Amino acid sequence: MTSKDYDEPWHETVVRVLRANGVDLVTYIPDNVLRDLIQALHDDPYFTVICPAREEEAVAIVAGAYMAGRRGVVLMQTSGFATLPNALASMIVPFQIPLVMVISERGVLGEFQLGQAIVCRTMRPVLETLGIEHRAIEERSHVEFVVNGMIQQAFATQSPAAIILSPLLTKRQH
Amino acid sequence: MSTISNFSRDEARIMNRSDLTRRLVAKLKSEEAVVGGIGHTNWDLWASGQRPQNFYMLGSMGLAAPIALGVAVAQPHRKVFALEGDGSILMQLGAFGTIATVAPKNLCVVIWDNGAYHITGAQQTLTATTVDLVAIARASGLKASEWAADEDHFEALVDAALSEDGPQLIAARVDHHKPAGTTDRDPGKIRLNFMRGLSGADGKERT
Ligand SMILES: Cc1ncc(C[n+]2csc(CCOP(=O)(O)OP(=O)(O)O)c2C)c(N)n1
Repeated sequence: MTSKDYDEPWHETVVRVLRANGVDLVTYIPDNVLRDLIQALHDDPYFTVICPAREEEAVAIVAGAYMAGRRGVVLMQTSGFATLPNALASMIVPFQIPLVMVISERGVLGEFQLGQAIVCRTMRPVLETLGIEHRAIEERSHVEFVVNGMIQQAFATQSPAAIILSPLLTKRQH
Repeated sequence: MSTISNFSRDEARIMNRSDLTRRLVAKLKSEEAVVGGIGHTNWDLWASGQRPQNFYMLGSMGLAAPIALGVAVAQPHRKVFALEGDGSILMQLGAFGTIATVAPKNLCVVIWDNGAYHITGAQQTLTATTVDLVAIARASGLKASEWAADEDHFEALVDAALSEDGPQLIAARVDHHKPAGTTDRDPGKIRLNFMRGLSGADGKERT
């Protein structure tokens, strides 16, 4: 796969797929890897973009909006996800809320902070324990299919979903 | 009593949460949404009558206000109330700044401050010693934040929240009496009832 197969950077594909699925509310706590995506969302008047103080708030805002008929997505880093098990286990999963999370994976493939690497190891066990559908995107060519499929399945099955952005997608030269 | 006031926490009368919840709910004539937080907050909301526009947060502390913010953003023409205990909101004080920044005109946060984690055995919270939640709310940018001096003032503040642009925050000191009921603990049913309650035209059409 050469770079010219993808004139569109991955973050623009994500924005396009969110729009196509009627997802127009975005809450986030930033991560450097998500910078271009966050900027593109802020620049696009289609989206309402909210940056609260904590990931729990970000999740609860999208959950409330869903119950009131609006589709949202939450962006965060792995360390942000690590603050969420209580909110996921006591709200999102039992209330059957189709929360779509986009998590940039920090702590693998070249991590330099031991703490980040250890935090990252907690993510998949939590997702698996809670039975939350999750998939890491590693290939540029998979972005559209995986993001679209995860969003559609979440809303169709009334279940939360975690789309993990691997450094293989976000850091590797494509 | 005028709603323009500046009572301190010490001046606020200690009232009763069941009574104030009923007074609030009695004023809701336009299918306003109410999100009740964990603790005795949602028990008294339940006991005040199970309106279809009520949501009862069973498990997470401090998320009633962010959930209500999401509802308010999704349905800007429906007034939304978040009810939260002092112990719960102390976990999510950043939510004040988030609400002030998003500034939804249709959101009002109500805090029941009993100075305690009542439901877990009435252990003291930080509001029983040094923390003033109205002061924190104001400093976070929620300018329309008030201690309710007494029942009449509480009602006047609710009237103002219903007729004026928000966001507002009303804090009431409440006693340690038992709540008037116990919420049914079926999360799926709670969500479905709430979603049906919010699917009516009212949220879209009120100006
Ligand atoms: C994160 C978290 N920590 C602790 C608890 C246990 N807990 C449940 S309700 C509650 C107290 C709630 O206090 P407050 O919001 O003041 O309401 P009150 O009980 O006074 O009505 C506590 C500590 C919990 N559910 N979640």
